[in-house]
Amino acid sequence: MPDEFAIEMKGITKRFPGIVANDGINLQVKKGEIHALLGENGAGKTTLMNILFGLYQPDEGEILIRGQKVKITDPKKAIDLGIGMIHQHFMLVEPYTVLQNIILGAEPRNGIMIHYKKALARITELSEKYGLQVDPHRTIREISVGMQQRVEILKTLYRGADILIFDEPTAVLTPQEIQELMAIMRRLADEGKTIILITHKLKEIIAIGDRVTIIRRGKVVDSLPVRDTTTEELASKMVGRKVSFVTEKKEAQPGETILEFDNVTAYDDRGIQVLKGLTFEIRRGEILGIAGVEGNGQRELIEVLTGLRKAASGTIRLRGEQIQNRSPRQIAEMKVGYIPEDRQKRGLVLDFTVGENMVLKNYYTDRFCKNGLLQFDRIFQHASGLIGEYDIRTPSEKTNARALSGGNQQKVIIAREVADDPDLLIATQPTRGLDVGAIEFIHKKLIEQRDKGKAVLLYSLELDEIMNLSDRIAVMYEGRIVGVLDPRKTNEQEIGLLMSGGKTGEREVSA
Amino acid sequence: MMGFVKRLINESTMIPVFSVLVGLLLGAVIMLAGNYNPILAYGFLFSKAFGDMYNIGETIRQITPYIFTGLSVAFAFRTGLFNIGAEGQFIMGAIAAVSVGVLLELPWYLHVPLALVASALAGGFWGAIVGYLKAARGMHEVITTIMLNWIALHVSNYIVRTVLLEKGMARSKYIHESAWMSSPGISQMFDHARIHYGILLALALSALFYFLLWKTRQGFELRSVGLNPDASEYAGINVKNTFVKAMFISGVFAGIGGACEVLGVFHYQTINAAFPGYGLMGIAVALIGRNSPLGVVLGAVLIGVLTYGASGMKFGAGVPEELINVVIALVIFFVAASGIVEILLRRFRKKNRVVH
Repeated sequence: MPDEFAIEMKGITKRFPGIVANDGINLQVKKGEIHALLGENGAGKTTLMNILFGLYQPDEGEILIRGQKVKITDPKKAIDLGIGMIHQHFMLVEPYTVLQNIILGAEPRNGIMIHYKKALARITELSEKYGLQVDPHRTIREISVGMQQRVEILKTLYRGADILIFDEPTAVLTPQEIQELMAIMRRLADEGKTIILITHKLKEIIAIGDRVTIIRRGKVVDSLPVRDTTTEELASKMVGRKVSFVTEKKEAQPGETILEFDNVTAYDDRGIQVLKGLTFEIRRGEILGIAGVEGNGQRELIEVLTGLRKAASGTIRLRGEQIQNRSPRQIAEMKVGYIPEDRQKRGLVLDFTVGENMVLKNYYTDRFCKNGLLQFDRIFQHASGLIGEYDIRTPSEKTNARALSGGNQQKVIIAREVADDPDLLIATQPTRGLDVGAIEFIHKKLIEQRDKGKAVLLYSLELDEIMNLSDRIAVMYEGRIVGVLDPRKTNEQEIGLLMSGGKTGEREVSA
Repeated sequence: MMGFVKRLINESTMIPVFSVLVGLLLGAVIMLAGNYNPILAYGFLFSKAFGDMYNIGETIRQITPYIFTGLSVAFAFRTGLFNIGAEGQFIMGAIAAVSVGVLLELPWYLHVPLALVASALAGGFWGAIVGYLKAARGMHEVITTIMLNWIALHVSNYIVRTVLLEKGMARSKYIHESAWMSSPGISQMFDHARIHYGILLALALSALFYFLLWKTRQGFELRSVGLNPDASEYAGINVKNTFVKAMFISGVFAGIGGACEVLGVFHYQTINAAFPGYGLMGIAVALIGRNSPLGVVLGAVLIGVLTYGASGMKFGAGVPEELINVVIALVIFFVAASGIVEILLRRFRKKNRVVH
């Protein structure tokens, strides 16, 4: 049957200056299947999908949709061909209602008026057919992230999509919401929709995929049915070597308390209270993981701790000394290292050299500055030492940080923050967007710090990372710690329940 | 040495050079459209600017204030601030210097330095207001600098009118000769042109600009805030203080420029109905010079030569003087829209490669 494939991409090549993002890629997706596209960051998955969605033009190769050769010149053409994309970051107008968002740009009209009744009927029909529960009259602001995602899916269905591309759809969801999403995807596929799932999470592929295509460095490594493979095999194909999943670590040896939060409250930039009486502590020699759905006060917790945001009330003690509302520099000088969440925005001055970035926090000390003059010889010497020690791939210490890959940029930050031998190391989303090799390296470094008797505060949205690394897990929900769990005695379901505001009660241990 | 040559011809330095050429070329096209002879016009422009010692001296006089205001704008840019207020800071520096020059009687070795210090403080203060308003109240510096330009103009006029006025004239009294920055010696060297010691001070400040930004701890903070205020805050730099410091220093450059103009050229301050325009042209100079000290000096030379030479173009080839402003605008346009020039340059290079 010639139209057995919903999508065929043949020999797709796309070059960018200095890099071949897609190198002769062949992809065949059958109608009605869930086809996973697996690869590390920068492997070329997103480029390939952007080509399919008309955002880029391939340099070579051809695309067939339902057996017809097509040229997808722009996203509008893609939508006309029945292709819809659900982006990782939602494209929704916050003050508008669900209904208005779904029809935006494709409004049914009644003369010059929008025919809301007709739109509502169509949306109700779609949402019932595919099990996409939404509340059409609430504004985007008022609904959960899971429902926002369902709105995105409805948007594509409303426009008549029968090929749906999901770009890393689970990054912002709780474990329960992920379960719901998977059920929805299965139902869509059963109803005849074709689904492409872009992801680097192996578990999801095993759970829901029919077929998986693995891309590494712009080339297809393999394409095989999911039921014939294992996570281990997928991982080694993705990375190109064997990887160990379990981060090896010894039993924690917690010592004295380093940091104590006592009933801390704080407000966000809009004046809404985001920390509502936060109480916890960290001891030497342990990693405390902060779990939670994004936007439950984790970011503000870190900002208050590092002096970037004012605490409204409560006390924060570091080695017994009150530090709330001191300046970032005063806090950093008390042996606190901080790997920020956004390395390009907060962590680095991208147009400074690697050497300058390595001293971003202590350029003013006697070691690097004499009589107001910077001692560049020493700064660059210091940097080249760290470059060797942390295996940072850079042409030289005088190269601008911008020229480095994400993983190497992160290594620059970690080298800087760990070099000063901090007692407390704060790591926020330390592996976001990095490849498996870099993630392994960073996990090792965090555990190494713990084993040296430092306290590590880890905030991550990747539950696996929290589960693997933490000695204790504190779950945040709406500005409070709602439970502190032992990772050996808990599971994703329990954490997920706490993350979404449910109570488990029984296993809650005192902070 | 090879490295230096390479740096000279890399893309970011080629853009201003190329923009100047394109600007002059399009200027020529406009002249042709107006039935003027562009070769003749540019010939007279450059012979006016460099034709004899007097004109060379006068061209240098014209260049001098542009260096000061260009440095002022470029310095603020390096800290991420758009200083439209070099004009006002320039005026405040000038009025401070004239006040010291008229009201005090001192030996020259005290009088000139004191007038310069007064102008530096006045210009710096005028800039610091802007930095403070941004840091404390979050007011955008573009708005406040534009408003402060007008205030400076009228404060200066008020001081001239009430304190320093020469009876019956629309200007202040002459400053005492002990405060002059011009001397018969160099004036004679250039056939009585009004060239003065300000040019040496301008070049010295360009060197200071470089030293301050790239060698000192203070400069590290200023550049860091300019490139990434969020990372600077995270690194413990007081970003708000840095805004005030940067605007103060920026104002100092412009203020001293104002002083040199009155101490070196006019020896009095007029009651101005409109802005002298040096500060606003400083924005163009900084843009063309890409905010580097050497670039600012070269940019000032370009603008100085074009504006001074423009009268030659008029006398020699009958081309209206204002046309030079079109040429300057075109140059700025191509520097600002560097993307266009980059594409042109790349085309040009590709063609070269084919030929080889």
